[in-house]
Amino acid sequence: MIEVRGLTKKYGDKLAVDDLTFTVRPGIVTGFLGPNGAGKSTTMRMILGLDAPTRGTATVNGRPFRDYSDPLHEAGALLEAKPAHPGRSAYHHLLAIAQTSGIRKSRVEEVMDAVGLREAGRRRAGRFSLGMGQRLSIATALLGDPRTVILDEPLNGLDTEGIRWVRSLLRSLAAEGRTVFVSSHLMNEMSVTAEHLIVIGRGRLIADTSIADFIAQASHPAVRVRATSPEALAAVLRGPGVTVTPGPGGELTVTGLSTDQVGTAARTAGITVLELASQTASLEEAFTAMTQDAVEYRAPATQTRDVTEGAQR
Amino acid sequence: MNPMTEPALSATPVVPAYRAGQRVTLIRVMHSEWTKLWSLPSTLWLLLITVVLVAGGGLLAAVLQLSSLPHGAAAVAAFNPTQLSQTGVGLAELTAGALGALIMTGEYATGQVRLTFTAVPRRLPVLWGKLAVFAGVIFSVSLVASFISFFLGQALLNSQHLGVSIAAPGALRSVIGAALYVTVAGMIGVALGALFRNTAAGIATFAGIFFVIPPLTQLLPASISDHLAQYLPSSAGEAVWGGGRGITDALSPWTGFALLCAYAAVLIAAAALRLRRVDA
Repeated sequence: MIEVRGLTKKYGDKLAVDDLTFTVRPGIVTGFLGPNGAGKSTTMRMILGLDAPTRGTATVNGRPFRDYSDPLHEAGALLEAKPAHPGRSAYHHLLAIAQTSGIRKSRVEEVMDAVGLREAGRRRAGRFSLGMGQRLSIATALLGDPRTVILDEPLNGLDTEGIRWVRSLLRSLAAEGRTVFVSSHLMNEMSVTAEHLIVIGRGRLIADTSIADFIAQASHPAVRVRATSPEALAAVLRGPGVTVTPGPGGELTVTGLSTDQVGTAARTAGITVLELASQTASLEEAFTAMTQDAVEYRAPATQTRDVTEGAQR
Repeated sequence: MNPMTEPALSATPVVPAYRAGQRVTLIRVMHSEWTKLWSLPSTLWLLLITVVLVAGGGLLAAVLQLSSLPHGAAAVAAFNPTQLSQTGVGLAELTAGALGALIMTGEYATGQVRLTFTAVPRRLPVLWGKLAVFAGVIFSVSLVASFISFFLGQALLNSQHLGVSIAAPGALRSVIGAALYVTVAGMIGVALGALFRNTAAGIATFAGIFFVIPPLTQLLPASISDHLAQYLPSSAGEAVWGGGRGITDALSPWTGFALLCAYAAVLIAAAALRLRRVDA
């Protein structure tokens, strides 16, 4: 369990993280989503005690991460950086980290096997490809059999097979009851990996929702219809749970009804339908729209809260 | 230098549980730092260069001395054979300082430091562990080099009956003092590395303190430099092994060494403060 309360980080007069509050629960994969520069990495570093918050708190399983005497068992981290000193072998890199907590050599070999690095373990990390570097980072995060896993963009640089592998790893870690917190700037990546989403933009919380709700909301089906008398059709369609928005050229955008229902209603009212189509926003579009709102309306500070609430609704 | 082909991944990730106890202790962090130090090829090179500089520098100084022997009673009286054979120490401090700075800045340059501090969130054990391991290694290596340099140098000087034995007054102190000096200078390098977090800045500052400032003070009028030069880290430390050549009012050996240690302590304290307070 990760609990973040009023977390704020200022660099000079720039707010990198702005009053973030959320909880990451164990047993599921929680995606941490936001455009590049939204403050995801900074937030993760503050959770791990690497950066000090300007205000607010972050705890891992109820305590600040710095207070643990068995930190590698409490949290395993993959952070945006080179996976290891380029001059050091993967094995010695892992060994040095393991030794700080008295973790045995056999465990180092175990995690190297788990990520398929046993053969390459004696080679210098500087010669690793991006994908192998990511694997080494994942092995590092898993060394201490951590209760919480914090991974910053773990899918970067992986090929399709690697991405699938990391996804199933994340799910199995969560299924074992661990807290799994994974950042990404790509909505589609998260929609198939995470069960819960925390979305931030410009350091502010935009959404804290289950993937199912997010998808339902984002892909809320809309029907686009063009007919001979749009005003009459609009009057017929309006009702509880239905919105009708007139567009250019007599076009109507209807939510709350299916294409079948709209077509039937038009025929009953004796209105000729010229064009009828269902519209579904992609998740990526919904995400972009969401975060763009946060970006565009940010300049006047007074407006920001409205926008955030609007997005959360 | 093509990246090697990626080995296949198992279809389903299997990460076995690890039930054994875990706890961060200073001894364990030292163990980790020992692994880090020896798993980088640059360590061995810098240590080898340190040995070559100490032993080679002393040998070269002895050879040069043989070609221009001291003449006259005053010159013979002022001649310090121990200091001569330890001449290389004045160069070895640079490699020691560079290695010291590198063990700190190498972590920052590669982003390693964040992993290190995730493993040791209290941070300070990392600094103590690095200092302890580094000091132990650099002291052992430079002590061996210092003895080699003394015995080789004195053997050469003996061909002209100028050499002294290790039992001569101050000789043993000078040989051990040389290793102590290199060690504490190296620890100043570690502190500078932690303060600057940047290899170039750390090593440049180290070189500035030990190689640039001392000759600059020589440019000052003697009325000022005579009251200043002996308190510089380099001259203060040199008192314990070289007898403070060229310095009027040189400090006594152990006073000088204590002053060097005090400089190191202040810099290490500043490094610890910065390490603890500033974002990694």
